[in-house]
Amino acid sequence: MLEKPAEAAPAPAGVVGPAAVPVTLNINGKPMNLTIEPRVTLLDALRNHLDLTGAKRVCDRGTCGACTVILDGKTVYSCSVLAIDAQGKNIETIEGLAPAGSLHPVSAAFWNNDAQQCGYCTPGFVMACKGFLDEHPNPSMEEVEHGLGGNLCRCGTYMGVRRAVLEAAQQMKGGARG
Amino acid sequence: MASTPDYSWPPMDQRKVIGQRFKRLDGPQKSSGRAKYSSDTNPKGLLFGIYLTSPHAHARVTSIDTSAAEKMPGVKAVHVAAPAGTELQWQGFEIAAVAATTEELARDAVRAIKVEYEVLPHLVREDDLSKAGSRAKAAGEKVTGDPDKAFQDAEAVSEGQYGIPVITHCCLEPHGQVIQWQGDQVVAWPSTQDVTRWGPDLATNLKVPATNIKVSMDYIGGGFGSKFAPDAWGEVAARLSQKAGGAPIKLYLDRATEQLIAGNRPSAFAKIRVAGNKDGTVTAWHSESWATGGLTGGGSPPLPYVLSEIPNQRLTHTAVSVNAGPNRAWRAPNNQQASYLTCSALDDFAAKVGMDPADVFAKNFALAPKERIETYRYQLQKALELSEWKKFWKPRGQSAGPIKRGLGIGYSAWGGLGHQSQCRTTINPDGSVLVEIGTQDLGTGTRTIITQVAAETLGLPMNAVKVVIGNNSLPPDSASGGSTTVGGVSASTRKASVNALAKLLEAAGPSLLGPQANTATRTEPGADTGYAELLEAVEGRIQVKGVPSQSLTWEAACRKMGTGKISETGANNPRQPGGLIAQGAAGVQIADVSVDPETGVVRVNRYVAVQDCGLVVNPRLAESQVYGAVIMGISTALFEQRIMDQRTGRMLNPDMEFYKLAGIGDIGEIVVHMDIRPENDKRGVIGLGEPPAVAICAAIGNAVTNAVGVRVPNMPMTPRHVLNALAGRIA
Repeated sequence: MLEKPAEAAPAPAGVVGPAAVPVTLNINGKPMNLTIEPRVTLLDALRNHLDLTGAKRVCDRGTCGACTVILDGKTVYSCSVLAIDAQGKNIETIEGLAPAGSLHPVSAAFWNNDAQQCGYCTPGFVMACKGFLDEHPNPSMEEVEHGLGGNLCRCGTYMGVRRAVLEAAQQMKGGARG
Repeated sequence: MASTPDYSWPPMDQRKVIGQRFKRLDGPQKSSGRAKYSSDTNPKGLLFGIYLTSPHAHARVTSIDTSAAEKMPGVKAVHVAAPAGTELQWQGFEIAAVAATTEELARDAVRAIKVEYEVLPHLVREDDLSKAGSRAKAAGEKVTGDPDKAFQDAEAVSEGQYGIPVITHCCLEPHGQVIQWQGDQVVAWPSTQDVTRWGPDLATNLKVPATNIKVSMDYIGGGFGSKFAPDAWGEVAARLSQKAGGAPIKLYLDRATEQLIAGNRPSAFAKIRVAGNKDGTVTAWHSESWATGGLTGGGSPPLPYVLSEIPNQRLTHTAVSVNAGPNRAWRAPNNQQASYLTCSALDDFAAKVGMDPADVFAKNFALAPKERIETYRYQLQKALELSEWKKFWKPRGQSAGPIKRGLGIGYSAWGGLGHQSQCRTTINPDGSVLVEIGTQDLGTGTRTIITQVAAETLGLPMNAVKVVIGNNSLPPDSASGGSTTVGGVSASTRKASVNALAKLLEAAGPSLLGPQANTATRTEPGADTGYAELLEAVEGRIQVKGVPSQSLTWEAACRKMGTGKISETGANNPRQPGGLIAQGAAGVQIADVSVDPETGVVRVNRYVAVQDCGLVVNPRLAESQVYGAVIMGISTALFEQRIMDQRTGRMLNPDMEFYKLAGIGDIGEIVVHMDIRPENDKRGVIGLGEPPAVAICAAIGNAVTNAVGVRVPNMPMTPRHVLNALAGRIA
């Protein structure tokens, strides 16, 4: 036993929580205010607090890609980013891809090529594909298989996804290498 | 009407909508993220439910104290599922659950529940039968002919030991539901393969009248045989809701618990001897198999698979009880195991007699049930062509170069038919059409199929038919299992739509044929009227049969019914399928793989699947089923295994990082050949969820063995298993 009870070290500047704190997220170009604990992931903030349920929670440990969103132009697993750390960044979710009643070219290509069955992995795949094509507008099949290797599907829709990525590349840019 | 209407499918060459490659109707919803799965449901006032589960494979709860958890901020309800005294039989066994205003607070509260355990001895592995002791129970012996004499007299005998492990369903959407229990009313949004029966099943547990349980589900994120009943968590979530004053509860299993308790495929191991002649004909079979499906044992593969007419057989089976999560139906239960064990043994027999396995498989298809022999031979021939077997196949171990290439064969069989299903087709005076069935679309394309059948029957385009499925106030359907959904819903939709159309033709008849025409021209004695037999629905018109000039537009015909509407039902009765649907789908598949004998890494080069089918309602969706089944199979053949640690009793990979699924770069090139021929078409509709999912482990196991020159006996074909086989190590 210590003679004097230890005192908690003073919190360093900038540390918040553990209680809920106000957080502002810039999602699809709109600021969204919410009050959440600092430990809440971006994925859970989207799904549980903002009713943006396109991103899915599957592995919850940065493996399967079902929760993929784009953060300042970079494709990320939203289960592995804390919501408070996403403040001040431009967050793109599948809800922002196309206005109601229309489809983004990537979504359309997934439909055209039946790159979906149960569809639970699909929104994550579509976002990963969008992020991939932003960086590789004319991908080879090898690049597709590497670039989309971080998304898992259980129904087995990869044949359709391969075709969809190439079709989307063509639609968005014109001319995919084989 | 006195006479039975003609429900039969239009002839193959006259179909306008059935047989067309329509894109799936819910595709835009899914690919835009707008599809709302039940786990996406966020009703007002939602609470989050979290489970506390057993860390031990076998233990007894000696005390449980939830008082601290109950006092924590945000906690609205605590439910104890395993009170003191409860014996926990596997890791992940449900002990208690908490509902709180946020998920994080619910997790904190779960951690504050104090449980004391008496840890009991466990067994979690069954691969080595000699270590199973009293947990192994012999399930009897089956003898056909005189196997002892046949083995004695045989010109050649091969033998081997093969194993295929427990794998998990790993549905991407975990098991669970959102549920609200207020008074005697329960509203539920489950993730289920059985929208119709989910409510009544839960009603029994809750003692609430089934009629008071409302169930809705628009989309499900995978089931594969593991999501039929409401399960324990359906009831627990309902009780949490009740305790929390009727607030809605979202309770879905976390990934680790999902992998532990929400379903797995039983293992199968076997020592197999095959006897036969030097010409490759099999004369006798002897297998000693064992398996586990969890605590209750279970998992008895039907051996020898398909070759049921082998004249001399001796089979024994042992069921091993282990302390691990219980098995559930897994896309063609027991068939993958049986296919793997049998095709491996048959391939080893071919090597023993020094023959091309293609010739040995072809020859021994003579031992399949009579009605399927020619189908298998035709399919094998087709698969050999598509895989360029003659060009690429070399005898076992004779692949040149540092990377070894190999080809292997597997085959499958499945039933099908159609489950019990009721459909209601409503035609409104404005011409709009509504088709309703209490079924579910697992991603197989059920919505699209129903629409195609109704549109074909009514002579309308796809967009003129609205289909509603996915809640239990609709005409009852059944579970989507056993590849019976497409059969059930296509038959019930066809019948309801033929019945509704007949009523419309009666209403439109007088305008086209005059008020007396029906009685003057009817040919069938006993028919009440003759309009339905004299008219037809074609391309948006109602016309005198074969006379387009005597027609009404669909809308004009519908106006003739006055202010009422036509609403007719149709049912599929599995006991009287009536020619619309059938069962029995065979398939032959060939894997072409490369193996690096230095690293043990296996790559799929090409995979050919020749799939038997009946009448194919939508070839695009049917092909997707086969592609998907093959890809799932490649995943199981190369990567998947529930890894259990006997020391701790725990699963070492209850996640998706070390429980590996195949990714987009792991599957090679897949060639699907749907066997759409008139002689198959006339059989009627046959489900395709399961048949193509059976043979992949068999084909890939044989291909790897062909490449490296020695039998790699244990699935999956991981580097460890391949290198062990090359080094002569058993394990």
